Amino acid sequence: MDWSALTLSLKLAAWTVLILLPLGIWAGHALAAHHFRGKAWVEALLALPLVLPPTVLGYYLLVAMGGASPVGQFYESLFGKPLVFSFEGLLLASVIFNIPFAIQPMQRGFEAIAPEVRDAAACCGLSRWRTLWRIELPLAWPGILSAVVLTFAHTLGEFGVVLMVGGSIPGETKTVAIAIYDRVQAFDTAGAGVMSAVLLLISLVAIGAAYFTNARSRTRRHG
Amino acid sequence: MAEGIRIRLRQHGPIPLDAALECAPGKVLALVGPSGSGKTTLLRAIAGLLRVGEGEIHSNGDCWFDSRRGVDVETRRRRVGYVFQNYALFPHLSALHNVMEAMLDRPAAEREQRARDVLARVRLSGLENRVPAALSGGQQQRVAVARALAREPQVLLLDEPFSAVDRATRQRLYRELAELRRDLAMPVILVTHDLDEALMLADQLCVLHQGRTLQVGEPYAVMTRPASVEVAQLVGLRNVFRAGVVGHDEARALTIIEWRGQRLEARLQTAFAPGTQVTWVIPQGHIVLHRRDRPSRGERENPVSGPVIECLLLGENVALTVAVNGPDRPPLFLSIPAHVARRNDITAGVEIGLSLLAEGIHLMPADDARTPSRPR
Repeated sequence: MDWSALTLSLKLAAWTVLILLPLGIWAGHALAAHHFRGKAWVEALLALPLVLPPTVLGYYLLVAMGGASPVGQFYESLFGKPLVFSFEGLLLASVIFNIPFAIQPMQRGFEAIAPEVRDAAACCGLSRWRTLWRIELPLAWPGILSAVVLTFAHTLGEFGVVLMVGGSIPGETKTVAIAIYDRVQAFDTAGAGVMSAVLLLISLVAIGAAYFTNARSRTRRHG
Repeated sequence: MAEGIRIRLRQHGPIPLDAALECAPGKVLALVGPSGSGKTTLLRAIAGLLRVGEGEIHSNGDCWFDSRRGVDVETRRRRVGYVFQNYALFPHLSALHNVMEAMLDRPAAEREQRARDVLARVRLSGLENRVPAALSGGQQQRVAVARALAREPQVLLLDEPFSAVDRATRQRLYRELAELRRDLAMPVILVTHDLDEALMLADQLCVLHQGRTLQVGEPYAVMTRPASVEVAQLVGLRNVFRAGVVGHDEARALTIIEWRGQRLEARLQTAFAPGTQVTWVIPQGHIVLHRRDRPSRGERENPVSGPVIECLLLGENVALTVAVNGPDRPPLFLSIPAHVARRNDITAGVEIGLSLLAEGIHLMPADDARTPSRPR
């Protein structure tokens, strides 16, 4: 059992969720509330990581963050180390490939709120912040929870992009999914089996908790 | 008018509007019209939920909207109490918290007690902690009214508030609103497509069609003395005919018209000069059936007769269609109690006599281009 790989995966997943949560709420809310020209294209762009092969996405991210790119050079001039094959680079890639998993469920969550409920909040004199905090977030909560769980579980399991952008540096970019692959390559099926089982358990608990919470909030509201 | 609400709005699209309304504090103004006539649009514009092309809205001396001066106050800063058609309660909050959300400008300490008081006023004591889904339709409507009142609004806007409840509940809510409105110091604008509802609850009636306010007035007056053929049709008056003005008899307060070769006496309406063509209308309540067995004195007033061509039992009433002066001309419509029809043996084919009460004959300009069917 490669504990450092598991810790790294959990850390990466937690940070990804932490960054995408406010970003997803903002984008999901904006996409649900507004209609604008070219909205379909914006949505298509945000959904792109869903359909792109991870290696393709990984390749472009590698090029975009590499030492020859402006982003990579800027990062290196700032922190004195390359962005690719680092935890920070991996986190950036993770945030990007999780965008659809975070934004789409939240957008659906906000879209499910009846427009009159927002109108009613305005007629009650509620500020935008108060409306978001007191009305919209609680009502979109199932979508937000789904987004968090999907993003977390998907980060734990992502393989292609991580391998392309992060390589497999122990303690820095070697996540549990890659560690499993390594174990199998080394004919250590027992080690791979243990880690796979741990990953399976974590994912099951996360998804199960999300479904349970959603079901409970639904019965409470319609009870 | 310094107090109350004054609205003047106009736009060509996407939803056409051409509306001018006023409503004084404590009065109920009913907006009626068919679906799609712009009733809800107008209400949303008053609340600021919809941007309108041009016009102005003044409430209690405050300017909420003035397109010329570029004033457009946000919804949250207009003090409106809005009861939505499906109530739009906050589904995750209890009745109490639904109401408390509307009183955020009060000190936190007194909100809960005030909210309980408002809920008690709409007879919801004891149900404060229920979420909307655990309340009946009528109870939800009351929470919505309580929430709207808790805002201490300058105007109360009710969008078909009785459409989502059953008949018995509706009758009870009518009585409650009628009671409640006696204590309300703000103008109330009620959107409805139900004329009886408007007649029962409103002080003023505004007939709206395709976004235009066609006529505003006291409900009974609008429904018996429409300003145009269009209004007559919108308020459900079916007896609309053409005639020529013969002259005025000011001594007897009558205007004489000629209709299908017969002279009829109408209430004095000197706005129409002798010789002009008019459209006239008579509400069904001003058509009196002659008793077939025992003629009486009142029958001398504008007597007409003809065969019943249709006799339709509608609950406790019978709807009669009577051909006057031939079957190919527009018939007269009237409704009589079912027992009267039975006692007089009225069925299809029977010849009956009617009196058109002069008081009920109302004249309108004839040249109404929007008349869909050409009455004769």
